[in-house]
Amino acid sequence: MNLNLDFATILERWPAFLDGALLTLQLAFIATLLGTVIGVLGAIGRRSHHPVVSRICGIYVEAIRNTPLLVQIFLVYFGLASLGLKFSAFAVAAAALTINVGAYTTEIIRAGFDSIPRGQIEAAEGLALSRAQIYWHVVMWPAIEKVYPSLTSQFVLLMLASSVTSQISAEELTAVANYVQSDTYRAFETYILVALVYIVLSLVMRAGFWLLGLVIFPRRRRLGTPL
Amino acid sequence: MHQTLNATPQSPVVSLKNVHKSFGPLKVLDGVSFAVDRGEVLVLIGRSGSGKSTALRCIDRFEKIDSGEIVVCDHRVSDPKLDLRALRQDVGIVFQSYNLFPHLTIEENITLAPCSVKGVSKAQAKEQARQVLAQVGLEDKLHQYPEQLSGGQQQRAAIARSLAMQPKVMLFDEVTSALDPELTGEVLKVIEALAADGMTMVMVTHEMGFARGIANRVVFMHRGKVHETGPAAILTSPATPELAQFVGTGL
Amino acid sequence: MGGSLNANHLMFLGYGALWTIGLSLIGLLGGGIAGFIIALCRISPSRIVRLLSAGYVQIIQGTPLLVIMFLTYFGLPTLGITVSPLTAAGASLTIYVGAYLGEIWRGSIESVPKPQWEAAEGLALSRSQRMVKVILPQAVRIATPPTVGFMVQIIKNTSLASVVGFVELARSGQIINNSLFEPFLIYTIIAVIYFALCYPISRISRRLEMRSGPARLSLGTA
Repeated sequence: MNLNLDFATILERWPAFLDGALLTLQLAFIATLLGTVIGVLGAIGRRSHHPVVSRICGIYVEAIRNTPLLVQIFLVYFGLASLGLKFSAFAVAAAALTINVGAYTTEIIRAGFDSIPRGQIEAAEGLALSRAQIYWHVVMWPAIEKVYPSLTSQFVLLMLASSVTSQISAEELTAVANYVQSDTYRAFETYILVALVYIVLSLVMRAGFWLLGLVIFPRRRRLGTPL
Repeated sequence: MHQTLNATPQSPVVSLKNVHKSFGPLKVLDGVSFAVDRGEVLVLIGRSGSGKSTALRCIDRFEKIDSGEIVVCDHRVSDPKLDLRALRQDVGIVFQSYNLFPHLTIEENITLAPCSVKGVSKAQAKEQARQVLAQVGLEDKLHQYPEQLSGGQQQRAAIARSLAMQPKVMLFDEVTSALDPELTGEVLKVIEALAADGMTMVMVTHEMGFARGIANRVVFMHRGKVHETGPAAILTSPATPELAQFVGTGL
Repeated sequence: MGGSLNANHLMFLGYGALWTIGLSLIGLLGGGIAGFIIALCRISPSRIVRLLSAGYVQIIQGTPLLVIMFLTYFGLPTLGITVSPLTAAGASLTIYVGAYLGEIWRGSIESVPKPQWEAAEGLALSRSQRMVKVILPQAVRIATPPTVGFMVQIIKNTSLASVVGFVELARSGQIINNSLFEPFLIYTIIAVIYFALCYPISRISRRLEMRSGPARLSLGTA
């Protein structure tokens, strides 16, 4: 065994790693934002009384949850290409990650919706609130507050999973690592460093979500207890 | 008080005529009729399963009836084209399990519907929240969250939330049944004060002493029918053996 | 580019699918053993052992499996340790799955009701006797639904072995695509095969979850 580690050569490339890390965060941010929107719509759709709507949402969730992200990325990448549409690797990566995480958030948010007691909705109906007002004020916000820990864990996993988009040459952190290691022949040091950066990114995301939770859930900020 | 009824003095605020309702094979309402005049307090009593809660829920169309007619504040509740939200602006309902919204402060619980349904301004709604909370003796709880209140306080806040919509009639569905005995008194006192102010009310309750004190009219339900009805005095001198047995065991 | 999809290609895909199953079993077995050890370490009476195992879980759960794959396959040779794609993939999955199963199982052990622990202590059983005879049998019942659910994640994660050149289902698809260049068709077939492998397990996991009461949310890692 040749324990002759040289991290200095790798650290010299820090601007490239920084760019990669920022791109990883951008991918995670876009997919988190759009994934949340899809998750809310998907959860509403799955609970719809319209059988076609709930069936379509169910198929989407099952199809995504039972196939690997890698294959989904290839399908989006080549699928768009076969339609004659040309997008940047970044756009394809963001789209694939959004489609992927949307299915998981749909399931998580649906579980949150299902946890709202029937009496809450009746009370809101009794106050003459409209269907949309009830969904917004009485179902969605408390539901998201309840499942917020699961939701944020899912988004951290998504950020880590975004490394797979290196396979379609999105220039994110793992792709940068692949490039640096082939350039320096220092694969071990490179991937150790990149693993560390991912750990830091996941800690940063957790901290960010914790702060965001305090901002968007005033009850949590005041009482500090889970809903 | 805020009694701005557009109904003529003759027409009752709530009227049920020959109402039938089944859950599958089970007949829960079997030709129920009664009426509540303006300013009147009607108390529905009966064993569990007698149909009293269902009758109350039909008034606010939480249950749809199979046949018969229900008219509430000039809304034909039995009409399929009913404007449900208009009905519910006129009718306040308070449930056994309070159902305050846990993620909102008491103030937000109260201002939510006036702001989003009636388009009342935020400032005006907050002022009104203070008033209704004072009415139920909770003005100091404005900025608390429901879980920080006792059961009795939560139920009083739920009553205040309904009052903020300035309903023409209030429905109370076993509002003290989930409370510890020592907490029921504070809730009943609030309801008594409302009655004294002239609020029209329909309530389902198991508190016979309270019913005797507050009711203008008592409806005793038995097997989906109005078995006996009359002034509060029927609770002390029932005409039918069923009511006699019920008040005998119910006390 | 040559020809169209034929029986030979499908045979090749079938062969890849078998390796996906094989690799999943390696991951489940290796990760299961590692996970069991980690779960026990996480509740060890020794503070050092608890801290080390918690650190391991934090590090692995903060690192993408893909990076672990690259580290074992490309990183170890630079230290003079050469590994085959199968060894790299198997080792990576073991390391990765161990951290997740370890956490699932620790949670299951800890959710055995407190009185059971106290009762076992009251019977003057030794710590290992308490574990084996009282706690673990109950923990297994709690752990079964999420563990079955995690098997779906393992199967999906084996697709990442393709990046180190191990010929499982995803890689065999890439190889066929290199000669046919019909990516959309081929990856659709691949996706359908993965779905056929995963969906029944998802169904079983959901049925088990419903039977065991409160729904636990299983997170997706790939």
